Amino acid sequence: MTIPHAPGNGHGGHDHEEHPGMAHDEELGYYAVRAKAMEALLVQKGICSPDEIQGMVDRLEARSPSDGARVVARAWADPAFKSLLLSDPEAALVQLGYSLPETTPKLDVVENTNELHHLVVCTLCSCYPRALLGRPPDWYKSLAYRSRAVVDPRGVISEFGLDLADDVEVRVLDSTADLRYLVLPRRPEGTEGMSEEELAGLVTRDSMIGVTDARSPQAAHSG
Amino acid sequence: MTQFSSSSGGEPARFHAGDEVRVRVDNPGGHFRTPTYIQGQTGRVHKLCGVFPNPESLAYGGDGQPAQPLYRVEFSQKEVWPEYGGPASDMIHVDIYQHWLEPV
Repeated sequence: MTIPHAPGNGHGGHDHEEHPGMAHDEELGYYAVRAKAMEALLVQKGICSPDEIQGMVDRLEARSPSDGARVVARAWADPAFKSLLLSDPEAALVQLGYSLPETTPKLDVVENTNELHHLVVCTLCSCYPRALLGRPPDWYKSLAYRSRAVVDPRGVISEFGLDLADDVEVRVLDSTADLRYLVLPRRPEGTEGMSEEELAGLVTRDSMIGVTDARSPQAAHSG
Repeated sequence: MTQFSSSSGGEPARFHAGDEVRVRVDNPGGHFRTPTYIQGQTGRVHKLCGVFPNPESLAYGGDGQPAQPLYRVEFSQKEVWPEYGGPASDMIHVDIYQHWLEPV
């Protein structure tokens, strides 16, 4: 077996080992080979079985932003659920039939309001609430997003099409450790009579990362 | 959040919400989860997130003990980035394990 050349560590003086597949698209061959080798070792040493590995992959692949959208829509429609979601996210998710695997990092939900706008990033790698939203978008893992989101969050948000007034606090969350953050976006105006299913249609993946707001009913209608 | 993942208690929490803390400057080598941009900065504990096995040990097959309290620490963007262009009220929150924090 030929092992492709290992990519260098691009961080100046930063000794953190990066996760597979981030900001090194041309090097995926190396990481794919390494993942296979690690998988084989885990099985060989009896740490886990191929079925367990596949089971975890299947669970993650089964999730998508539409799961998060369902949760957000319920929070918009039901104040008691929203308050539980903010105080004990896992208990709230169980109510909707989601049971997160035991190994999942803890989920924390933060609420965007007219005064406070959260933006989530993982500067060290690509931490993301995968257990609920599935895999992150490629840009979330890019070096450009990971560095600019902390230094110039308003610039990044504006490039995604949202201009925030100066009296709105922008709060960046760098999920460096054992928590994964889900943003509860603001409920758009003009959605008073909408059903939960219609509301869920306004909740985008990007709004749950905080780079945008949820879509307005008008925008959803035209596009 | 009420659920803590540590089964064995871990290190007792030294800090509380509102406490001023400084992030240590260090490079322990290998895997660690305190970004270099926040090292040396002074912030305020936003909340205690729980007690978790130490990732610097877990990364090399260790048991992660003693488990470390994990805090969400808030920093002023203007203090972290002197060139920051946004309003003074903008903040950045970073999750930091207790052994990286010292009292101010």
